[in-house]
Formats: sequence, C-alpha cells, structure tokens
Amino acid sequence: MSAETTTPANDAVSAYDVDHPAPVIEAPRARTRKTPKTTRTNFEMYGWLFMRLSGIVLVVLVLGHLLIQLVLDGGVTKIGFAFVAGRWASPFWQAWDLIMLWLATLHGANGLRTIINDYAERDNTRLWLKGLLYTAAGFTIVLGTLVIFTFDPNIR
Amino acid sequence: MSTPTLEKQDQAPEPADATAAHTITVTFRIRRFNPEVAAESYWEDFQLDIDPKERVLDGLHKIKWDHDGTLTFRRSCAHGICGSDAMRINGRNRLACKTLIKDINPEKPITVEAIKGLTVLKDLVVDMDPFFQAYRDVMPFLITTGNEPTRERLQTAEDRERFDDTTKCILCAACTSSCPVFWNDGQYFGPAAIVNAHRFIFDSRDEGGEQRLEILNDRDGVWRCRTTFNCTDACPRGIEVTKAIQEVKRALITRRF
Ligand code: HEM
Ligand code: SF4
Ligand code: FES
Repeated sequence: MSAETTTPANDAVSAYDVDHPAPVIEAPRARTRKTPKTTRTNFEMYGWLFMRLSGIVLVVLVLGHLLIQLVLDGGVTKIGFAFVAGRWASPFWQAWDLIMLWLATLHGANGLRTIINDYAERDNTRLWLKGLLYTAAGFTIVLGTLVIFTFDPNIR
Repeated sequence: MSTPTLEKQDQAPEPADATAAHTITVTFRIRRFNPEVAAESYWEDFQLDIDPKERVLDGLHKIKWDHDGTLTFRRSCAHGICGSDAMRINGRNRLACKTLIKDINPEKPITVEAIKGLTVLKDLVVDMDPFFQAYRDVMPFLITTGNEPTRERLQTAEDRERFDDTTKCILCAACTSSCPVFWNDGQYFGPAAIVNAHRFIFDSRDEGGEQRLEILNDRDGVWRCRTTFNCTDACPRGIEVTKAIQEVKRALITRRF
C-alpha cells in the first residue's frame, strides 16, 4: 500500500464501507498451513557453506587475477593473443583459470539464486528466472572449460 | 539497552512561568489505514502537549482518548511484557510502551506505523497469523521420551545458562518484521521462530532438538538468514537474535561434520 501526504482521504464520498471493505494487501508469500513442509535434504546447508568456502578461495584467485592482468608488467596494455597464449602454455595458469571460472560462476549463480528466491514472488517468475540463470551459468562453464582445454596457440 | 536511541541533551533552563512547563508540543505522524474507508493508507499528524518523559504509548493513548477514537492499535500490559505493541517508530521497530518520547528526538515529528511484512488490518494492527504459524512450526514445547519422572527434570546452572538469552522472548514480532528476507518472502521462518527453536534445541532436558534442526535446515529455515543484524537491533528484550541464529547454523554444520 502506498502512503501519501498528510491529508485524510475520507472526506470525499467513499467507495468502501463495512460491507465492501477495500481489499487488504497481503504480505508477499505469507506463511500458511499449506506452506510446503521439510524436504529433509542438506542442499541449502551445502549451498551456504559453498558460498563461504568458495569466497575464501576467490579472494586469492580473483585479486591475483586482477593484479596480474591489470596492474603488473605494464598493466592492461600488455594483454594480447601472445600474452594469453604464453600463460596458458603452463598447466598452473590453466588450473588457476579453470578453478576461478568454476568457482566464480557457481558462486555468482548461487548468489543470484538466493536473490531470486528473495525477490521473485510468483512461483512461475521464479521458475523462469532460475531456468535462465542455470542455462547462462551452464553455458559459461561449458564454453570456458572448452576454451581452456582446447586452446590452440598456432591457430591462424 | 537494546535499542540505541538519540539522546537530547540540551536541557535549557525553562521559563518558570507556566504551570505545565514540563510539557512540550510533539507531533505524532501516524500512518492510518482503514479498509472500510479507502484502499490507501495515509499519514495523519496529531499535535500533543506531553511530558517528554512519557512513552510513545502514552501519546497514542492521549490521541485515542482525547482526539480521535478511531485510532486502532494493540496494547495489553503497557509494561514491556506482553509483546502486543511492537510498531515502527521513526523507522525502527520498538515497543511503544518502552520508548520514551525524550529519547527519539521530539523536535521532529515522531512517525508511527505498523510493523512491516505482515498484512495491515487497520492502522497499527497487523495480521499476526503467519508469524505464529512459523512459531508453531518449530514445535516450541518440551519434547521427551520415556516415562515421566516423579519430580522436576533437573538441570545444572551451566545447562540452564546455555539457552538463557532466548528464554526472554515475548513474541512481539519486532525482529521478524525488521528482517528484509521476511519482508520479501513471508515463508521464511523468521528470527522469532528460530529464537524459540533455539530455546529448546539447546535445553539439555529436551529431546526434540533433531526434529527442530531438521525443520530449520530446510529451504525456508536458517540458511536464508543473511546476517543483517536488524533483528538484534530491533529486539526490545535485548536478545542477541542473530547470534542465536548463527548458533543454530553451527549446530547444523557440526551435526554433519
Ligand atoms: C572476492 C571474493 C569473494 C568473496 C569473499 C565472496 C563472499 C561471498 C559470501 C560469503 C556470500 C554470501 C553472503 C550471504 O549469504 O549473506 C556471497 C554472496 C554473493 N556473491 Fe560473493 N564473494 C566473492 C566474490 C564474488 C564474485 C567474483 C561474484 C560474481 C561472480 C560474487 C557474487 C555473489 C553474489 C551474486 C552473491 C549473493 C548476494 C546476496 O546474497 O545478497 N561474489 N559472496
Ligand atoms: S526475539 Fe525479541 S524481537 Fe523477536 S519476538 Fe522475541 S522479544 Fe520480540
Ligand atoms: S503493551 Fe505489552 S509489551 Fe507493550
């Protein structure tokens, strides 16, 4: 319900009375007896733990990544095909980027899942938004993994 | 004290002429809603001459008794025990009967509105059913097995201390209706239900802890908590609500690992 300024609204002839009260605006997704009961899985607990554990690893991976790519050795201007090819010649940087890709995507996707659960009120909206989210995350992970493993420095 | 309030310190010497020199003029800005009159709520101002050492509840009484009898709000004990009069005062959830007018800057209008996240029925009265449904769902009663003992169930002082904080809850809903997760999705159990589950989960005499943990382990349970601390700030009983929620999370994790 929206609240306006300080003028009472009841001076005009009202469309509402005892027999025809205005519809009260229900709080979103009220808890009722019909609210689904427990599913007895630990999914939400593992999701919560994953956010914290992946967050700790991401601090190192992402900050290290930003430092290497954007600050050290001439900053962003040095990045080119040769630079990427040089780095991915080493299994260490391949692993770094692969882990970062998986963790960041899963971490971000799980975070957005939380936000959708918070803000999408209707079950259908939730379904579609989550469908879109999982498709995008899956696509990003598959494509990124494919590139890291099949990258060919001699392509022309 | 759980709800930090703004102190007015300039106690300038009052002119000693008027008999009622200790009263000040305060504006109460109240969010009114009456579904029998309009579909919209609106803010209405009331000017009161009132002693700043009185409480917001006294101001509401003055309005209801002397100015506008249609003003609707809940109160029962008027002394911070029954939990009826949680409301949003100057944007924060408080008990009207425990909030002194001098503590909330009476120079500016004092806004009073219903607590958020529950359906407003009229003025400051909300539908508490979803709140109490969540409370009932965590089974807030002693669960035991075996024969009933012939005397009290004994417990050491330390065992009692373990859940002392969460025994203080008066079910006012100030915490649950201050939680942004609950505002957006009322199917979240909410802090108050978790506090009252905590009270039994950590009671050495109770044997239903596993069941309650299982209930709170689910989609709408403790994992939805985002640690915003709104609930701890709101609680008029000074319960460390967020800490209690974290203790339930920890119990769930240590149960697994
Ligand atoms: C730099 C290291 C990072 C750390 C330490 C970290 C930590 C966390 C933690 C602990 C949460 C859970 C918050 C909660 O449950 O209340 C979270 C949520 C989230 N994270 Fe991260 N994260 C990091 C990087 C990232 C990155 C790179 C992304 C994007 C790909 C991201 C996207 C998100 C999103 C969307 C959420 C959900 C926000 C919310 O719950 O309101 N995070 N993060
Ligand atoms: S925990 Fe505090 S704020 Fe929440 S219902 Fe109980 S007394 Fe009220
Ligand atoms: S009226 Fe009972 S707690 Fe305020």
